[in-house]
Amino acid sequence: MAKEQLMSYEDAIERFEVVIGLEVHVELNTVSKMFCGCANNFGSEPNTNVCPTCLGLPGSLPAVNRKAVESSIAIGLALDCQIAPNGRFARKNYFYPDLAKNFQTSQFDEPIAFEGEISIELETGEVFMVPIERAHMEEDAGKLTHVGGATGRIQGAEYSLVDYNRAGVPLVEIVTKPIYGALDKAPELAATYVRAIRDIVKSMNVSDAKMERGNVRCDANVSLREKGAEKLGTRTETKNVNSLKSIENTVRYEIQRQAFILAAGGKIIQETRHWHEDRGHTSAGRPKSDADDYRYFPEPDLVPVQPSEEWIEEIRLTLTEKPSDRRKRLQDAWGFADLEFRDVLNSDLLDEIEATVAAGASPQSARKWWTGELARLANAQQLAVQDLPITPEQVASIQKLIDSGELTDRIARDVVAGVLAGEGEPAEVIESRGLKIVTDEGALIAAIDKALASQPDVMEKIRDGKLQAAGAVIGAVMQEMRGQADAARVRELILERAK
Amino acid sequence: MTDITSSSAAVLAGLILSKKASSVEITTAFLDRLEKLNPKTNSYLHFNRENSLAQAKRADQQLAEGKTVSPLHGVPIAVKDNLTTTDAPTTAGSKILEGWVPQYDATVVRKLREASMPILGKTNLDEFAMGSSTEFSAYGPSKNPWDLSRIPGGSGGGSSSAIAGHLAPLAIGSDTGGSIRFPAAMTGSVGAKPTYGAVSRYGLIALASSLDQIGPVTNSVLDAAMLQDVIGGHDPHDSTSLPNSLGSMVQSVKEADVKGLRVGVVKQLSSDGFQPGVKACFDDTIEKLAAAGAEIVEVDCPSFEYAVAAYYLILPAEASSNLAKFDSVRFGLRVTPDGNPTIENVMAATREQGFGPEVKRRIILGTYALSSGYYDAYYGSAQKVRTLIQQDLAKAFTQADVLLTPTAPTTAFKIGEKVNDPLAMYLNDIATIPANLAGIPGISVPNGLASEDGLPSGVQILAPAMQDGQMYRVASIVEKLYMDQWGASLIARVPDLEAL
Repeated sequence: MAKEQLMSYEDAIERFEVVIGLEVHVELNTVSKMFCGCANNFGSEPNTNVCPTCLGLPGSLPAVNRKAVESSIAIGLALDCQIAPNGRFARKNYFYPDLAKNFQTSQFDEPIAFEGEISIELETGEVFMVPIERAHMEEDAGKLTHVGGATGRIQGAEYSLVDYNRAGVPLVEIVTKPIYGALDKAPELAATYVRAIRDIVKSMNVSDAKMERGNVRCDANVSLREKGAEKLGTRTETKNVNSLKSIENTVRYEIQRQAFILAAGGKIIQETRHWHEDRGHTSAGRPKSDADDYRYFPEPDLVPVQPSEEWIEEIRLTLTEKPSDRRKRLQDAWGFADLEFRDVLNSDLLDEIEATVAAGASPQSARKWWTGELARLANAQQLAVQDLPITPEQVASIQKLIDSGELTDRIARDVVAGVLAGEGEPAEVIESRGLKIVTDEGALIAAIDKALASQPDVMEKIRDGKLQAAGAVIGAVMQEMRGQADAARVRELILERAK
Repeated sequence: MTDITSSSAAVLAGLILSKKASSVEITTAFLDRLEKLNPKTNSYLHFNRENSLAQAKRADQQLAEGKTVSPLHGVPIAVKDNLTTTDAPTTAGSKILEGWVPQYDATVVRKLREASMPILGKTNLDEFAMGSSTEFSAYGPSKNPWDLSRIPGGSGGGSSSAIAGHLAPLAIGSDTGGSIRFPAAMTGSVGAKPTYGAVSRYGLIALASSLDQIGPVTNSVLDAAMLQDVIGGHDPHDSTSLPNSLGSMVQSVKEADVKGLRVGVVKQLSSDGFQPGVKACFDDTIEKLAAAGAEIVEVDCPSFEYAVAAYYLILPAEASSNLAKFDSVRFGLRVTPDGNPTIENVMAATREQGFGPEVKRRIILGTYALSSGYYDAYYGSAQKVRTLIQQDLAKAFTQADVLLTPTAPTTAFKIGEKVNDPLAMYLNDIATIPANLAGIPGISVPNGLASEDGLPSGVQILAPAMQDGQMYRVASIVEKLYMDQWGASLIARVPDLEAL
């Protein structure tokens, strides 16, 4: 497919006003599905977490999962939404083989949460209030695998397999109102907003919030209008953008693509588009129009969801600190410079560092471990640093041994390697690998004397004030001690001998 | 054995409990009769002697061990074929489900099993319960035991003809706009639609979810009350099922007393449009009640005029969505067309071949009624009418304890008479539809034979929502007034099927 022509980003922003709108789907981590008792479990054998209801067998009926409603209300409250005292489900009717009943049970004109907002802080410190239109509950569809054919798409496939394990998994869809005035920051705002949603649902533990698994998915709407124009431009909706970087790139690309078309006097086609991260562009999908007719009507198989005031207040009390508040609090408490803190955020290491500090390490040492040595090791193994088999408590205990002088930085790295290799707790690794630092001064002095004997001129040099000459002896002693000595102490001892 | 097959369920339950007859003996008697006579009535779509007898044997075994698990222990029953059963095919009267054996039992079926009631078989119905004659069954119409050239009513004509023909002592039906009560009236049997939510719909293949309700089809009011006591109650699988028990219906029947009873006659459903013989039977019922001491009042329900129209928007709308799942992907018929068998083409060909004409008609009507731009005018207006009907009824029930109407405008018509005239067919349910739209209970009790054709007529008794006990109480009063006159139930006068 020919790559579309683009206007330069700067020119596009100069000429047009950008309006974006974001729809974020959050997969809830409830134990069971939205409308039946089947396990909500990622990665099971296909079609094992199924029953008459999520398979849409004749005669089956849905029953609402109370925990999913609770999580949805919690999300609504975290976004400063109002909670509907009487929320109804509706049927969205369309035929597709991954949709067991050929209608999706969703919410339409009566969402559980509506009219909220969230403040989003960009890298520059600029703060945007993003208006939330609604957050509603719905069920996920099954998963299709198209077999045969070149593209893996349904077109050209020989046959398709359907896994209904995901059918009926509870989703909350959070929809913003149109976001105006972000100007050139629109792409960054879109990505930062999605990150904020991800952080919120993660901190509340209502979702596993893993974007790479599709726990959090974003549809990005973009439209342009001539500066000063009142009427909104035609929008495109890029579906299922699944990483923060892709969201930023998608919005930027759509701005440039639409600007080129509009500047040339063309018209934007209202359509859904797909983002191709590998190729760096979007492509046209299904034409979408307001004539798409899902024949919504109230779901007659379910009674309205009517959360009581008491229940809503109970949920409000369980709300955790807002991630943005938490970030401010931690940066202040830890005294990290902006750059240091941003590094922590970008590596998504807030939880790990907080836990390491809680286990007794200083904030700076905790930061250095996680963003330094551990990040390097994880990277080498192509793992996420969070997935390394080492706990914040273990990191803190190793750091404590450094602070007390029982380990050097270098030996500490060996201890970490041992822990990662599955050799047990730090103390066990130190024991089994024989990494205890040599604190027996008699042994150190014997090694120093041995080294001095083979380098007789060193003493002279030191006495002449050339203290750096001690380095060669230190090296020899450390070698003798197989590195398990405190080099600073060795140096002190050498200088004492020279007196 | 004729004694057994013409006995009421209550009598059979007594025989079993007193060990005068075993469940196996009784079940065998019905199986013998239905195997012989079902070819005449086409009441059952599936039956399996061994399976039914195995269930009867278990019931007898429990009794031998001194265990009685329900008041209907050991009494066999027929089940409409739109309720899922793991041990028998479930077709809903449609080709699209031919041969499908469900993976789960409907809640009502589970309750019957738990009550140790052997299932005799699955009864015929209009395809997906769309119709009032069984002529839209993909497996041919059932016949009325009073006259085999006539319809037994629908959609539950399989159950009603099984009761009237003594091919089952009890049957389960489902009623969306009259599918229990209308067939009961056509066959001289008793048919009750409980309050919406009184009986779980889990496992009932949905026609219109907000209107569907499962209920009993029987020989007597007491039998119906006994059966509702077995199948009723809250079910966590059905969120629309009522949270609280409505109490014992049998108790209400036993307490039947006409003293202080206010009977409402609905102005809109008492004169125009009824066959004269049916109207005469109805007037006779009112006179009998008045003579027995009931106060008779006329009530006005002006919105009833729009009930059929509203019903034929709400029902097809919900049905068009409920029937979308029949797409060949997971169960049932699959038709692979020549040429380009894409998923869309396979779905379309399957639905084209698998659905009958009435089903297609209603899917098209419903799809249209829900379409954007038409929703407010059709589905939206229909829901408003529904609210008005509920208000009319609420007002009427301040003036009367129960409302009475003829159940049906006519007696049983000839097979083929209305099948090509959908509007005439739809009007059969004119008196029964308001109860579904309002969610209130209604029962049809036989009240004589129409003078012009000698065919059964029924009177419908409507009670306020959740007052099913009141409905059974008055039904029992009416039944008793006629038993006093006739000396036996109307159904005892049904012609000898073996001779027909």
